[in-house]
Amino acid sequence: MIFFSQVLAILWKDIRCELRSRQTWMGMGMFALLVLVIFNFAFDLRADNKAAIAPGALWVAFVFASLLGLGRTIAAERERGSMDRLLLCPVDRKAIYLAKLLGNLLFIGVVELVALPVFAALFNIPLFGAFLPIVLLGTIGIAAIGTLFSAMAAATSARELLLPLLVFPLIVPVVIGAVRATGSLMAPSFNEPPWLGLIAAFDVIFLSASMLMFEFVIEE
Amino acid sequence: MISPYLEITGLKKSYGLKPVLRGVNLTLEAGQRMALLGANGAGKTTLLRILAGLTKPGAGKVRIGRLDLAHDAQQARLQVGFVSHTPYLYEELTALENLIFFGRMYAITAVKERAQFMLERVGLAKKANERANALSRGQAQRLSLARALLHSPRLLLLDEPDSGLDEAGIVLLEELLDEHLGCGGTTLFTTHNLERAAHMSDCIALLSRGRVVYTQASSVLEAGSMSEVYRKYLEAVP
Repeated sequence: MIFFSQVLAILWKDIRCELRSRQTWMGMGMFALLVLVIFNFAFDLRADNKAAIAPGALWVAFVFASLLGLGRTIAAERERGSMDRLLLCPVDRKAIYLAKLLGNLLFIGVVELVALPVFAALFNIPLFGAFLPIVLLGTIGIAAIGTLFSAMAAATSARELLLPLLVFPLIVPVVIGAVRATGSLMAPSFNEPPWLGLIAAFDVIFLSASMLMFEFVIEE
Repeated sequence: MISPYLEITGLKKSYGLKPVLRGVNLTLEAGQRMALLGANGAGKTTLLRILAGLTKPGAGKVRIGRLDLAHDAQQARLQVGFVSHTPYLYEELTALENLIFFGRMYAITAVKERAQFMLERVGLAKKANERANALSRGQAQRLSLARALLHSPRLLLLDEPDSGLDEAGIVLLEELLDEHLGCGGTTLFTTHNLERAAHMSDCIALLSRGRVVYTQASSVLEAGSMSEVYRKYLEAVP
């Protein structure tokens, strides 16, 4: 019970700090929209190639925007020293991880909610309800790994460089799965692997491993 | 025989190849107040960070009460309050929100009432709804003191707690330490002010180049002899 009340307290604190500082959400949102607009103008979109290009553009926007936010997850608290104060408290480190993960999911989710209609309008693609599980599972995978590695990168001086280098290789399976699942939603084809199931399996593995490793990453 | 409340044995810590603590041995009885003195880079902050559970030692043992810090870190954290020379608050949160948040981390019941009481105690009741980044340096340090005492810790670790405090703040700090002592609390603090160290402590320990080179009861030291002792022992270390 204390575990969950601590998770909620940390989450509440992160949301409140972000709402007041508006440092992360605005940047992430603007970045995602810019990427979608640039891709829209960069590619010669036709009816026959839209299903091949649009999913990639969407997930590139999501991944890069997510990394902007993920980079600040722990780094901001490390820079200010307030992470030390949090670590002084008798809080299960898994509770800190879970709270940070939920915060990231929320921040990325809001950006996705803003970006998806823009994507649909720019690429002239109707939004299906089936998008939701793909976006949700893909985002969980990115956030699970990103939260863990943001704690690792925050302890270094080259965190902005290190975080993408650590995160990109590991989220490749999730991103490929999400792109292909989104593509097959736009242009259904036969003999496609169960992409959604694969993303879900990766999520479970990454979540479990990250929960277990976070304690060793966050503490000196 | 009663075992000491805080027992540090053979504590070592290195950052890379540079040794910072080279085998610190120190004991503190329950209800004792010790001033830890030493030049910059002597290892005072590292020692306090290890005792607070923020830094892992390279070797050695720390016992707080009956708890071994290496194995019962979570339980030990409940007993420790820590104040550093920089307040490290959540700047976007108000003074009250900061205390409520940390109160929840310690699972304090009636946390809002406790937070309001502590704000009043450190003279910040009128600043309760002001954001931490709007507080002056001294006010932020007062808030940091309130945060450290929020969960009524048995061991108080203070790293230059007088930083940024004005005269009234120093008086408040002394009052809070007296109250802590009155509740049977133990205190270990660092300061560069030798007079204050003698005045606020029962005993002093001198740390030099990662070793405790001198310990003495403050009452034994005559007024004015602190600086002499300080110079003598710190210069004597090779």
